[in-house]
Amino acid sequence: MLKTIAAAMLMSAAFIVTAHAQDGGKVTIVTSFSKDVTDPFKAGFEAANPGFTLDVQNKSTSSGVKYIDETKVNNQVDLFWASAPDAFDSLKSRELLAKFTPSVTGLPEKVGSYPVNDPDGFYFGFAASGYGIMSNDRYLEANNLPKPAEWGDLAKPEYYDHVAIAAPSRSGTTHLTIETILQGEGWDKGWGTLKGIGGNLQQVTERSFGVPDAVNSGQTGIGIVIDFFAFSAQASGFPVSFAYPSVTTVVPANIGIVANAPNQAGAEAFVNYILSEKGQEVLLEPAIRRLPINPALYAKAPEGFPNPFKDPRFQSMITFDSDVSKKRTDVVDTLFDQLISFQLENLKGATQAVHAAEKALAANEQPAARALLDEAKALIAAMPITSEEAASKETRDAFTGGEEKTARQAELEQKWAAFATEKYAAAKAKAEEALNLVD
Amino acid sequence: MALVASVPIRPAAARPGQILAVSVIALFLAIFLVIPAGTVIYTAFTEKGTGALTIVNFIDFFNTDLFRRSFFNSVYVSGMSVVWASAIALPLAVLTTRFDFRGSLIIQTLGFVPLIMPPFVGAVAMQLLFGRNGTVNLLLNDWFGIRVPFMEGLNGVIFVQSLHYFPFILINLSTSLRNIDRSMEEAAQNLGSSGFRLFRRIVFPLAMPGYLAGASLVFVKVFDDLATPLLLNVKDMLAPQAYLRVTSVGLTDPMGYVISVILIAVSIFAMWLSAVAMRGKDYSTVQRGGGGLSRRKLSRGESVIAYGVVALILLLVLSPHIGLLLLSFATVWSFSPLPDAYTVAHYGRVFGESSLYIKNTLIYASLAGLIDVVIGGAIAYLVLRTKVVGRRWLDWAATAALAIPGVVLGIGYLRTFYGITLPDGTPLATLWVTVVLALAIRRLPYALRACYAALQQVSESLEEAAENLGATKQRTIRRIVLPLMTGGLLAGFVTSFSTAAVELSATLMLIQSNSDAPIAYGLYVFMQSPAGRGPGAALGVIAVIMVALCTLLSHYVIERRQKALGTAK
Repeated sequence: MLKTIAAAMLMSAAFIVTAHAQDGGKVTIVTSFSKDVTDPFKAGFEAANPGFTLDVQNKSTSSGVKYIDETKVNNQVDLFWASAPDAFDSLKSRELLAKFTPSVTGLPEKVGSYPVNDPDGFYFGFAASGYGIMSNDRYLEANNLPKPAEWGDLAKPEYYDHVAIAAPSRSGTTHLTIETILQGEGWDKGWGTLKGIGGNLQQVTERSFGVPDAVNSGQTGIGIVIDFFAFSAQASGFPVSFAYPSVTTVVPANIGIVANAPNQAGAEAFVNYILSEKGQEVLLEPAIRRLPINPALYAKAPEGFPNPFKDPRFQSMITFDSDVSKKRTDVVDTLFDQLISFQLENLKGATQAVHAAEKALAANEQPAARALLDEAKALIAAMPITSEEAASKETRDAFTGGEEKTARQAELEQKWAAFATEKYAAAKAKAEEALNLVD
Repeated sequence: MALVASVPIRPAAARPGQILAVSVIALFLAIFLVIPAGTVIYTAFTEKGTGALTIVNFIDFFNTDLFRRSFFNSVYVSGMSVVWASAIALPLAVLTTRFDFRGSLIIQTLGFVPLIMPPFVGAVAMQLLFGRNGTVNLLLNDWFGIRVPFMEGLNGVIFVQSLHYFPFILINLSTSLRNIDRSMEEAAQNLGSSGFRLFRRIVFPLAMPGYLAGASLVFVKVFDDLATPLLLNVKDMLAPQAYLRVTSVGLTDPMGYVISVILIAVSIFAMWLSAVAMRGKDYSTVQRGGGGLSRRKLSRGESVIAYGVVALILLLVLSPHIGLLLLSFATVWSFSPLPDAYTVAHYGRVFGESSLYIKNTLIYASLAGLIDVVIGGAIAYLVLRTKVVGRRWLDWAATAALAIPGVVLGIGYLRTFYGITLPDGTPLATLWVTVVLALAIRRLPYALRACYAALQQVSESLEEAAENLGATKQRTIRRIVLPLMTGGLLAGFVTSFSTAAVELSATLMLIQSNSDAPIAYGLYVFMQSPAGRGPGAALGVIAVIMVALCTLLSHYVIERRQKALGTAK
């Protein structure tokens, strides 16, 4: 019997087709975009450039960066295509991208207040994305909740346990959202807002798409997401809404040519295609719904589609300083993980106690209890390091494995985590004390 | 005989053939497991900045609250998962092998299906059924105003893991039960034992190798699994911590690799413990060919209860797949007990591409399963029957594969094999063969445990008898050992095959083009967008059906062989 099975398996092995022959026009692209995005682009590109075939390799943004880094000695990839600008920064700083000047001209230099292209010409924005709040209409209705409009709303007691976010250390796009809030509101106030939202979190997912997925299926009511996740969900029929808060920013999603690309001509052709009017039009397809970088395209956009070049709300958005962001990326992500993601139970416990005391105080105001409650809130908002310390060389070196011996990342993490555990426990005690005073 | 401190085993001194076998397997494991994983994990032992060797990172590990908490959470979840998985697997295994039970074959196959949980869609389907606002909780909330947190926190992980991995116990235990000769039972009955006492004192102890093989696999697998905790957003467990740290962009944090080393150490320790538990006991029986345990007829009342229990268990363990099926036909399913409407459009969308994915998956998974059975069988034989130097190391090394995160192995393969090019300039790492080897290494521990259990039940005296009659070692292995191990080998193949068919983490790193992609990759590509959820689920259903059919086929083969043996006597 074994023999028969072995024979059957050898037979099946014989069917294996070896890598099929390409006619020299294979363009290999590593991307984090889903099939819904890549398929129409592949079809359009191959039709517009006969002879070329687009080979899509789908990897998450972080595996894509790792993959290109690990395989640089014998690079087989022509293009890298993803949302998060920080991934491109990381590739550029390791000299894994090639310079190029696209032939398409007349595109704007800025979207909102963010430069569309890399100033040195290593990568190019092809679509704009804004960050905002996505919510499930059925969920909100069933729980009698109003639609949130601002980041600050998400910290309100009624949204306790109804909010989801992706960990910024896992999702470059969420990282930018966090950084936008920190830059818009300042380090201390910004972290106060983030911890306020943190106390209301139902889940911290490890993939960007985990959040819209949870909102779409109604497992959670509200998610902090990049706009096209919500637009494409709406186009697919899901009962979801989306709002841009006033403190937000629009940043480009990018494409770049990998250094030593095996098919340089093909790579250039694809970049030119995606920036051309034809390529930009693909972005408006229902399953994609990203904001084109070419302002002319908005004439063809569906009703109610936001236009970052015309809408006044985008013009008033804050200036995003990517230098500031770059300097403290690892520190901000790790702080979020250690103070919020991995402390979620403690933080939620403290937040719940604060909410309860707040409610009791609203009915029966007492100065002594109010003072205690303010102390509790200050304890929750307290930060283990200042913004100067976060951007300092000593702190950064702990994360980058610099040449000199500094504190190890693990030591800092333990210090911050212990700080948070202690403060949240103290905050919970104070809030409970305040509640007892009122009762 | 059973459980009697046995005749001391005297394995023959090492022969050239055995030494050769050890060397070949050692070489294989070195090239495809130890070196690739070593190039990555090495970081755990280096000092930051200087690169000097150090153990300071391990001291950091034990000084960090988060890691200590993660460690205990992982141990607790793994232990509890073994308990619950046993509770699910025991009745199914006993009812289908010990009683005249109609539909045993189907139950054995269906009981196996939970192992085939396609990545992402399986998770989405479970959330839609058992999540906070899943079908069950929405209905409970409507009727009684309560919600049950099935999927929350550590208990959620235990719930999902027991449903997912109990087949390891079921399949190994069933194989062991089938291998017990009815004369053992008859002897006990003649001496006046019956009922539960017979099961407790004779049948279960004789099936112990299978149970332990399954239980230790469940423990280690749950300990090392990162997908389930992550999908439930439980991050304070060890495997997710390792994964989160290894895959963050641009960081050079050694802790991810430190955790990997600790995962490997704990896995090997658990396997060693289960080996110690078996030490000094002999589970082999000389009699063969009785066609397994005698099957009792159930009385009418017993039948009703038995079928009820089986139906309940199957409904529970198959619920993720029922959810998956619904999802694949659903238009929009959001915050409601059932989808808004149904369509077959999703199947239309994946139809064109799925044949390529299916073909690749079948080839990769069956080749990986075959490699696993050959190497696993060889290692089991070398460990249990010979005294060749280094045989235990092979066992430990192969087991360690269980604990190495797929992404670490994937990066290791890229580092080790990308520099090696074929004559036409393509790197070795880009060939699909690399994917097969990575899958084979990742699934080797499953096959190894099954082979191990199968061989433990074969009495050495049968081989000695053959050799006394003048058969050579090779001939004895071919004519005596292999036929008696067939059930176990097939169990090993099926486990390796079906889990390899839905593996993603190492594959995602190694797949170089869509034409080489297996079905798990296809799923991943769909599951990144709202519109891709339906087609992704459709692909998932196709994967499950495909693997289930292969499993059914191999169960059919086992059953037929058992029957043939039974009637031959």
